[in-house]
Amino acid sequence: MSAHINHVVVVLQQVSLEEVPAKKLRLTKPSKSAALHIDLCKATSPTDALQYLLSFARRPVEAESVEGVVRILLEHYYKESDNSVRLKIASLLGLLSKTQGFAPDCIVDDAINTLNNEKSHQVLAQLLGTLLIIGTQLPDKIAVVQRLIDVACKHLSSTYFGVRNKCLQLLGCLGTVDKPLSKETDAGPGAQTSHVRDVQSVISDYFQDQDPRVRTAAIKAMLQLHERGMKIQQTIYNQACKLLSDDYEQVRSAAVQMVWVLSQLYPESIVPIPSSNEEIRLVDDSFGKICHMVSDGSWVVRVQAAKLLGSMHQVSPHFLEQTLDKKLMSDLRRKRTAHERAKELYASGEFSSGRRWADDAPKEKVDTSGVNLIDSGACGAFVHGLEDEMYEVRISAVEALCSLAQSSPSFAEKCLDFLVDMFNDEIEEVRLQSIHVLRQISTHITLREDQLDTVLAVLEDSSRDIREALHELLCYTNVSTKDCIQLALVELLKNLTKYPTDRNSVWKCLKFLGARHPTLVLPIVPELLSTHPYFDTPEPDMDDPAYIAVLVLVFNAAKSCPTMPALFSDHTFRHYAYLRDSLSHLVPHLRLPGRKQTASSGLEASGVGSGSLESAQNFLQDSLVRVSALQNLETPGAQDLLEFTIRDLLRLGELQTELAGSADFCATYLHCQLLLTKWLSFDDLEFLYSGLETQQIATIHNVRLQAKALQLILTARSKPGVDRVLGACEKFLQDVESFQRLFMTELPHFQDSFVEKLLELMPRLTTCKPLDLVKILQTTLRQSGFIHLKLPEQIHRASATIIEPTGESDNPLKFTTGLVVALDIDATLEHVQDPQTSVKVQVLYPDGQSHIIHPKPGDFRTPGPGRVRLITQVYLSHSAWTEACQIEVRLLLAYSSSSSKQSASKPAWNESMDGLPTSESCIEGTIHLSKPVKVFIMPKPARR
Amino acid sequence: MPDIKVTPLGAGQDVGRSCILVSIGGKNIMLDCGMHMGYNDDRRFPDFSYITQNGRLTEFLDCVIISHFHLDHCGALPYMSEMVGYDGPIYMTHPTKAICPILLEDFRKITVDKKGETNFFTSQMIKDCMKKVVPLNLHQTVQVDEELEIKAYYAGHVLGAAMVQIKVGSESVVYTGDYNMTPDRHLGAAWIDKCRPDLLISESTYATTIRDSKRCRERDFLKKVHETVERGGKVLIPVFALGRAQELCILLETFWERMNLKAPIYFSTGLTEKANHYYKLFITWTNQKIRKTFVQRNMFEFKHIKAFDRSYADNPGPMVVFATPGMLHAGQSLLIFKKWAGNEKNMVIMPGYCVQGTVGHKILNGQKKLEMEGRATLDVKLQVEYMSFSAHADAKGIMQLIRMAEPRNMLLVHGEAKKMEFLKDKIEQEFSISCYMPANGETTSIVTNPSVPVDISLNLLKREMALGGPLPDAKRPRTMHGTLIMKDNSLRLVSPEQALKELGLSEHQLRFTCRVQLHDPHSDNDTLGRIYTHLKSHSVNASPYGPI
Repeated sequence: MSAHINHVVVVLQQVSLEEVPAKKLRLTKPSKSAALHIDLCKATSPTDALQYLLSFARRPVEAESVEGVVRILLEHYYKESDNSVRLKIASLLGLLSKTQGFAPDCIVDDAINTLNNEKSHQVLAQLLGTLLIIGTQLPDKIAVVQRLIDVACKHLSSTYFGVRNKCLQLLGCLGTVDKPLSKETDAGPGAQTSHVRDVQSVISDYFQDQDPRVRTAAIKAMLQLHERGMKIQQTIYNQACKLLSDDYEQVRSAAVQMVWVLSQLYPESIVPIPSSNEEIRLVDDSFGKICHMVSDGSWVVRVQAAKLLGSMHQVSPHFLEQTLDKKLMSDLRRKRTAHERAKELYASGEFSSGRRWADDAPKEKVDTSGVNLIDSGACGAFVHGLEDEMYEVRISAVEALCSLAQSSPSFAEKCLDFLVDMFNDEIEEVRLQSIHVLRQISTHITLREDQLDTVLAVLEDSSRDIREALHELLCYTNVSTKDCIQLALVELLKNLTKYPTDRNSVWKCLKFLGARHPTLVLPIVPELLSTHPYFDTPEPDMDDPAYIAVLVLVFNAAKSCPTMPALFSDHTFRHYAYLRDSLSHLVPHLRLPGRKQTASSGLEASGVGSGSLESAQNFLQDSLVRVSALQNLETPGAQDLLEFTIRDLLRLGELQTELAGSADFCATYLHCQLLLTKWLSFDDLEFLYSGLETQQIATIHNVRLQAKALQLILTARSKPGVDRVLGACEKFLQDVESFQRLFMTELPHFQDSFVEKLLELMPRLTTCKPLDLVKILQTTLRQSGFIHLKLPEQIHRASATIIEPTGESDNPLKFTTGLVVALDIDATLEHVQDPQTSVKVQVLYPDGQSHIIHPKPGDFRTPGPGRVRLITQVYLSHSAWTEACQIEVRLLLAYSSSSSKQSASKPAWNESMDGLPTSESCIEGTIHLSKPVKVFIMPKPARR
Repeated sequence: MPDIKVTPLGAGQDVGRSCILVSIGGKNIMLDCGMHMGYNDDRRFPDFSYITQNGRLTEFLDCVIISHFHLDHCGALPYMSEMVGYDGPIYMTHPTKAICPILLEDFRKITVDKKGETNFFTSQMIKDCMKKVVPLNLHQTVQVDEELEIKAYYAGHVLGAAMVQIKVGSESVVYTGDYNMTPDRHLGAAWIDKCRPDLLISESTYATTIRDSKRCRERDFLKKVHETVERGGKVLIPVFALGRAQELCILLETFWERMNLKAPIYFSTGLTEKANHYYKLFITWTNQKIRKTFVQRNMFEFKHIKAFDRSYADNPGPMVVFATPGMLHAGQSLLIFKKWAGNEKNMVIMPGYCVQGTVGHKILNGQKKLEMEGRATLDVKLQVEYMSFSAHADAKGIMQLIRMAEPRNMLLVHGEAKKMEFLKDKIEQEFSISCYMPANGETTSIVTNPSVPVDISLNLLKREMALGGPLPDAKRPRTMHGTLIMKDNSLRLVSPEQALKELGLSEHQLRFTCRVQLHDPHSDNDTLGRIYTHLKSHSVNASPYGPI
């Protein structure tokens, strides 16, 4: 009986096994094509058929059934008399042959055959398009490709532009140079010449086609050949140049590209100048021609020409400098440009002497025959481009200027005036771009006073981006005289009073300005510090940002100018000590003569006092060595030592910004260790620091495991009950396994550690009961040694500072309950990886409500490497309060680790986390990235 | 040979009073109808009696086209249409149509109410005149009648300024009006396609000038204004109410905003508010920046610029005043100028062109003492600055436009003869096309070579195509056989067979024979055979009709 039943089961299984695939096949292949077949047969009018085809095209077809479908479509194709239906079928063939996993070899013949009987031009064009798709699917099948090329050549003489277009496209995508197209071309009625021709000459025939679309297609096909790595012949150059004056913008646009490609291919070949006997390099010639296109009638062409100019680095300097050339005249008299005038004024030392009467009066009479009103070649191309109507053109011109100036210092010097002029453009994007560009080429240039004047005028711009870009630019700028320094300082201070939020940026700017020009700062130091040879001057207010700004400039200049401190007055030294302490990132260490350091902290006493980076590093090393001497944390005094070391390290980090990351990391690690020994757990080391090596990560994980073990023990002890512990145990074991998986290679470094022991015991652990496991853990924990941290090389701590709101305001932000108020947040992020996804803003209300806001990706700006600026708005809302109260705003760093992945559900935008305990404001999967800032708000009840 | 005749009634080798008559393909068109700023007598308006001694102009003119709203281009319009008499269509763009009557009314008020002239057009006449206006859109082809069509292009000179293409059959003329090839703070640059007209009539105000970049100009202007205001001086900027005024307003407004300046800026006349309203409306005619930002803020809604009252002129402290008219020849600008001329702290900035004879022209030429009405003299102590802000194309701009349009002939108007001479030479030299510069009342005729359209029968065309060579040489002329039928003012080219059929004629064959005498010693048959083989070897086609 049982045997019988078994048999039945087996049979059933077999049936189900067989049926599943069989069913699949029957369902797909026949049904799809058959349904189509039936539909098409049913269709009484072309409109119906078209409808069927359209709905058919919407569904995907499996690779194995494509061929069947194609056959059916072809069958109908031959029967169909309506052009539109045939067209649709042709386009479907193309679509189908693109299906993944389908090799279209088998339908090549059919597709080519259809071409022979086709009368409608549109359908022909579509069929050729299909062939193009098939051809691109089969690039390796030379025979197929060759056939397709033959077909294309045959149809090139069609009267319909679409057909010619497609043929050219086909030639461009599939044509090869190696194989001449001799025997096939004479088959077509168009080509009676039967000598050997290659693809390029066939295509270039169509550069003179009567239809602009075909001309465009021909150039594009040629560019396609180039992209496929084929060397374009130089003979095409002349033809391409002729097309630059075509009537149609698409042709001109493609021709510009073609000329550019040729100029990159044959930069050094020599071409004759028409109407003269001279000859010039091809790259110069084409440069002139493309420059000419910068004043084209169509802005699309202008943008393209301007962009391409930027990449022509091989052009001779003579031609390059012509692009900025302009000659003015007024009533036939030569006039100097404003740039020339400014330069002369400067040279004659008369700058800022006020106005001069009629200094732009026209000078000498111009010889009428000598005036060239039509710019030939490169003349004035950038002058035109920078004054263009469309800002797209202007931006491209600015970018091109930049890239050319970077490779040619003399050109950089010349284009300076023009770039500075662009600072007054009406479109902010252009202004911003030109400031950035000037920064990029700033290594090549020195600003003249009048130029600096124009540059500094932009400091009053109301756009923060512009101002900051300008500060950035000033950081890298070389200026020529001490007056320039003074001018810059005055303007920056003006900027500071007008926009106090720019404080940090201005200080930083002055830091670099001072460090760059110590000799220029030196003569104006007494003036800057308002010292007097005989009289004591009143001591300035130390909290005045403007005074701090001046000091930053002076101290940074003094760093490489040892004579400067002699000019300081007493209070300056005191202020130095204060600033060196409070703004250590802005104020460098100075060797002050004859003055003992007012050593305040134990740190400086212990050797870092001399302040150089080297000694700081030594100190760091020493501290770690000292700590590593600890064998056991139970030792009396060990904890004290740890605490002191942590304090020292933190302080060191503050003083030596270069080492801040390393010092901070060590300190936090030690802190964790300390806490661990204090039976507490804490871990976010891994995600806050970037640049960690695997070994260090493993070390952190080791500590984490220890902490978890502790937690487990704690749970087991405090909450008796096997189920809970069981779950916890399993989780713990998983963690251990994943550790093993992740850090296999690092294990040799973990001699005598908790993990090592744990892994030894692993086979036992997995089998034993939870309570036993807890016991084992307890003993291992006791025995395990303290792992010493190796000094990490390159560690950056991810950090953020909220610049705005400052948290100092006493005026509450009032708004009506139920409505929202927008709070502007401005923060700088440092060393945060992928800030767009990981940085969130947390708003914590006094009642414990907490909101997490995801800033838009566009709110993150990157002013420099490693630094990100977050300028965003968060929306606050709350029910009515009786009085104003403070909310906390801070930034969070979201992370996802192996352990938290499962638990941390991704918080939705503005998701509120009600009912969390007030003290516990940290949300799982995030780390506090910045200090919280308090904002006073006051939701008022709505008036009824 | 057909030709195009051009006669300037005004603006021929002169600036002001633009009025150009064009006859093309049997149509007569008047381009612009302006007045002259420098005259107060009959010379102020074009001499319409040139067209017809007495009687209305309607039957002589097919249409009138106004390029833009400046009075030297439209000031004589009501006079011509209402007082001389013209009832045909007047074409102008939408902004011109909106703003033109405001300016005409202002002009009328100054002339009639202030100067007490009589025999001048009335408000009602302006209204009647505007009723005859047909508005144009950019790039819209308007059929004036069956043969004459016109099309407007963007000219950039002032809001709504247009260049006009006039086309009859295959002959065409482009009239630029005033145009500007460099974009500015509120307008874009002039643009035209490669329309290859037979004649391009271009203005040539700055024929001998190549200007510096507009950015330098703007910076200079702002610097001068800023310095004067900081010194506590007053700045007078005489402008025409519309056009450059808005440009400078935008410039100063943005500058004031950027620099946070407090000195008041005034705009003198009430008509500006009305006109500014139109500037706010016709955003599509402005430049890229204004078009893109008007959703956030319309640039023509000024924050710092307030309306001027006459009493403000005596207020102490710095101020900037825009006053009309622009050449200091009359009106408020002249009044304020008289008040401020004595103080060297003050400044007058002339932002545009000044016609000879105006106060503006005199002070720009450095005259320090001016004679006023009633033998009073005025000492000019204030600083006089000239900033070319007028939006005319400079020599390079004109050349650029010629390159864009590729005309076959060139005609220069709206400029001074001497300067035109230079540009004319340059154009002839660079483009090798003929260039003309007629004086007022002088007629220039340009011979055209219009193509004659012929209908060709499709069958014939296909047959010839089948015979012909490869396609790509489509631009080369090709000979073909056919019959040209001229019937009822239409031309057709058909195959000979069809022509015969249509005309009901039968085919006739002509046979040419000739007799040749041979003296040959051989027998007849032998000779015949030899000739036959000889001919055959030379492959001379034996006539199918004739036996040898």
